[in-house]
This record gives sequence, structure tokens and C-alpha cells, in this order.
Amino acid sequence: MVALKLEDVGAHYGRVQVFEAISTDWLKGGTLTALIGPNAAGKSTLFKRIAGLLKGAGVVTVEDVREGFRPICYMPQDTGANAVLTVYESILLAAKQGSGWRVADGDLSEIDRLLSALHISDLAFRDLGALSGGQRQLVAIAQALVRKPEVLLMDEPTSALDLFRQIEVLEFMKRLAMAEGMAVLIALHDLNHALRYCSQTLVISGGKLLASGATLDVITPAMLRDVYRVDARVENCTQGRPLVIVDGTA
Amino acid sequence: MVAVLQDQPIVEGRGRYRALAARRILILSGLALALALSISIDIGLGPARYTLGEVLSAIFMPDTVSNQLRVVVWDIRMPIALMAVTVGACLSLAGAQMQTILANPLASPFTLGISAAAGFGAALALVAGVAVFPAAIQFMVPINAFLMAMLASLFIYGVSTLRGVSVETIVLLGIALVFTFNALLSLLQYLASEQALAAVVFWTMGSLTKATWMKVAVTFGVLVICVPLFARRAWALTALRLGDDKAASLGVNVRGLRLETMMLVSLLAAIPVSFVGTIGFVGLVGPHIARMVVGEDQRFFLPGSVICGALLLSATSVVSKMLIPGAILPIGVITALVGVPFFFSLIFTNRRRAW
Repeated sequence: MVALKLEDVGAHYGRVQVFEAISTDWLKGGTLTALIGPNAAGKSTLFKRIAGLLKGAGVVTVEDVREGFRPICYMPQDTGANAVLTVYESILLAAKQGSGWRVADGDLSEIDRLLSALHISDLAFRDLGALSGGQRQLVAIAQALVRKPEVLLMDEPTSALDLFRQIEVLEFMKRLAMAEGMAVLIALHDLNHALRYCSQTLVISGGKLLASGATLDVITPAMLRDVYRVDARVENCTQGRPLVIVDGTA
Repeated sequence: MVAVLQDQPIVEGRGRYRALAARRILILSGLALALALSISIDIGLGPARYTLGEVLSAIFMPDTVSNQLRVVVWDIRMPIALMAVTVGACLSLAGAQMQTILANPLASPFTLGISAAAGFGAALALVAGVAVFPAAIQFMVPINAFLMAMLASLFIYGVSTLRGVSVETIVLLGIALVFTFNALLSLLQYLASEQALAAVVFWTMGSLTKATWMKVAVTFGVLVICVPLFARRAWALTALRLGDDKAASLGVNVRGLRLETMMLVSLLAAIPVSFVGTIGFVGLVGPHIARMVVGEDQRFFLPGSVICGALLLSATSVVSKMLIPGAILPIGVITALVGVPFFFSLIFTNRRRAW
């Protein structure tokens, strides 16, 4: 099963150092890992650095990548709303990048399967520009998955989705990661989602990795006060699930 | 993805996609047919009134017709008709790829000052005899035009890569470039001799009447170089329309692709301008028409832009010969007069978003 490890990874834009010396243990496939932190903490930048889209110090290692799969795929926060392309074409475009013009039946079957799995088959021949923000996020997920990644970096994939869709997408990703042995890192703002779906969590703030490990060990009142400047508790609900309850600003 | 994806009933979109692609191929074929028709009419028309039979004889059996007819058809009408096609194709393709890489519906060689820069470069050669690249003095005019166009392109590209630069800034910058080069051109005109002034005015109006087989071959050669290079990057260029981050996440070298495309766009814009002057409308509207009818998948958009631009300028060439019988009006004047109403009608009747 695939595994990802960061060793002393840093990144900068020009002379501005966004983060430095971020190291992790092996992040194993088959699970969801949350990447959390306040706004502008560098979550997107870290993803871009891991995906090789930004240069910087340190080493990103991906082990045990299967034949026919891509090691890492980064899913940005948004996908173009101005392109005069149908949803179907935009997913095909992601699948065919770097290959020839000919489109095989197999390419199209894969798209059909993904659209059905994400419950967006009805959007297939709508123009991207006619979609809502949430619908575009679902299309972006399909664009990422069609590339068959071993490690998938999802940048706030649920930020524009309604509650039902958020849960649907995260449950789908959890099942997919388990079934496929995929390592999924998700940048999230909703810490209850992290508690519910992600077995591991990384916390970055102020250009540093502040904590990493099992989600329940990482999301603590002390961390919430230090990173988010809120007084909060982590308690189990009546169904036994851990929840973050915010009492106020610190 | 098998295990999780197969637990849903699959809705087939494959057939509909194939039908959509077939429809687009049909549209492109129809446009190509219209282009062939337009070229035929263009060759058939001219101040010297020959019948269709005489023109066809001159084309297919040149030995059987008079010398005058042969010269009119082969050395005047055919170069003009084919120049309209190649220039229209070049400018439209240049506009299409500028709009793609700058994510800007207003981008075209004309609106962003690249045509003006090329015109100024050519005028420098004609009026002042200044060669930007002195090693190839016999090609001073096209090379000057190309290098000035390239400078303008690189300037726009350089600014567009700066952080915080918006689409509107680039358009404003382009307008500033147009004014700057037009002012410099006016200065050259002011200083020019009578003969050089006439040559410079030729640019500002845009005209196909000085077309020759050599010029047709050179502009066609530019297309032959550029089209395959763009075609090879069709998926990557389409991905740019999803935004830089998205394209990069799909493995596209965004900076490299932009730079390479900008250089090819300079070539596509500069060479026609150096031969026929500034023809403004085609580079902006040709791609928009193509986008409306075949979308932005470059596998269709690329040939669509080429054919639409060629058809637009070829049809304009026909109109320029018909408006005043016996006279050929400068095509640069006619493009806007013919194209604008047509473009408006497309915008207001097409329910699909154009950008």
C-alpha cells in the first residue's frame, strides 16, 4: 500500500518563506488525513509543494506506487468557471492530459462511472460556467479521481458544499481510500469533519507543523486555543462521536 | 476505483459525448465547405469582368486561355483569395491562443497592441531603414515586424505573470501599447518621405491587393509551423482554461506553455501584418465564433478558429470587391463593417455562453 513521508520540507514564494522544515511519519494509504490550520497558514502551499508544483527544501517520498497509477495528484480549491466546456469534457481533459487526441471507450466508461458514483451524472453535459460553486467542487473531485492517484491532496473540497453533500463526499472519499488503498490528505476548516472522517491530522500554523498524529490526540483544547484562539472542548455526543464545542474566543 | 465506483448504477454519457463530438466535426466540415465556396467566389470576382467558365478554364486549363486572363486569375486573384485565407487563419489562431493563455476574452493581436507593434516595426524599416536585426537586411520589413511584435508580446506576458495583476490590467496595458505604437507610427509618418508615407498608410488600412504567391507561401508556412505545435499541446492548452492551479495540478508546465504560445502568437500576428497591414477584427472575433459553435476543447477549437478566421476574411474579401463595382476596398476597413453585425447576431441568438 502507498505511503507518503515529508522530511524537512519547506516552500517559499520569492523571498517569502511560507513554511519550513515540515517532517511527518509515514502517512499510509487507506486512510484520510486532515490538514488543518487557520487561514493563510500555508495549507495550499504545502499541498503544492508535496505535489511538486512548488520547489523548496526537503524531500517528499512516495513509496509503493502501483503500475498505471499516478503517485500524487493535487486538487485545487476551484476549477475554472469561465471555460466553455461541458462537465464531461472537463473530466475527459483531466484524464487525457499528456496523451494523444484519440478518446477510447474505456476513457469514457471511467468518466461515466465517476459521475455516477458522485451522483452528478445529471450535470455531465452542462457547461462548467452554469454550475454552482458546490457543483464545481464535485466536478473537481471527479477530475482528480479520473487521474488515478495513489496520493490525493484535496484542498478544501467541501467548502462550497451543503451539509448533505459534505457528508456524502467525505464518506465517499473514506470508502474509496479504504477500498483503493489511496492516501488522501484533505485540507479542512470544519474540525468536526476531521474528527469524524480522518484518522490522522496535521496542524500547520505560522509556517510550522505544530502537531501531527491521531486526530483525537491532535485536536485538543490546548491546540484550539493556540492555533485558532478559541476556548473549546472536545466531547463525545450522545452517539459517542467526538465533537468540538466552541465556548468563545480565547 | 473499481470497488467503490461500481456500487452505483452507471448512467451512460458515452453515447451522448460521441454524438457531441460528431456534431462538432460536422460543424467544422460545414465551415470548411463554406470557406471553399467563399474562396471560389473570391477568385471569380474582380474589376476585370470574366465569366465563371473563363475563370474555371484559367484555373484548370491555363494553357487554353489568354495570357491576360491567366495573369489576372493566377497572379492577382488567387494570391489575394489565398492571402485572405491564410491571414485570416493566422490572426484568428493568434487571437484564440492569446485569449486562452491570458484568460481574457478581449485578447487579440490588435487589442493588445501586438499588431500595432508589428506595424511600427515594419514602418521603421520602410521609413527610416532601421533594421532591428541587421544580419538579414533583405527581410528587414517582416523581421522588424516580428521582433517588435515579440517585444510587445513578451512585455504583456511578463506583466501578466506578476502577482496581483488582473485581467483588466492586461487589457489596459494592451490599450496603452496600442496608443504608444500608434503615436510612434504617426511620428514616423510625419517624418516620412512621400513614397514611404504611402507604404506606411498601406499598413494602417490593411489591404490584400499586394498579395503575391511568395507572401501566401510564407504566411501558409507560419500556419504549417504553428498549427501542429498547438495541436500537440491541445489538452494542455484546454486545461489552461480551467485556471493556472488546475492546469498545473494536471501536469501542465504553465509558464513554459505560456511563453512558447506567446512566441508562436507573435509569429502568427507579425508575419501577416508585415504583408497586409493591420487587420483588426478577425483576431478578436474569429475565436469567439469558433468558441460559440464548437466550445473550447482545443481539438475542435483550434481548427474551428483557423477556419472561422479564414472564412471571415475570405468573405470580407468578397464583400470588399462587391461594395463598389470595379473597385477593391481596403479589407481592414471592411472587416469591422461586415463582421460586427454578424458577430452581434451570433451573440444575441446563441443561448450558449460565449465566455
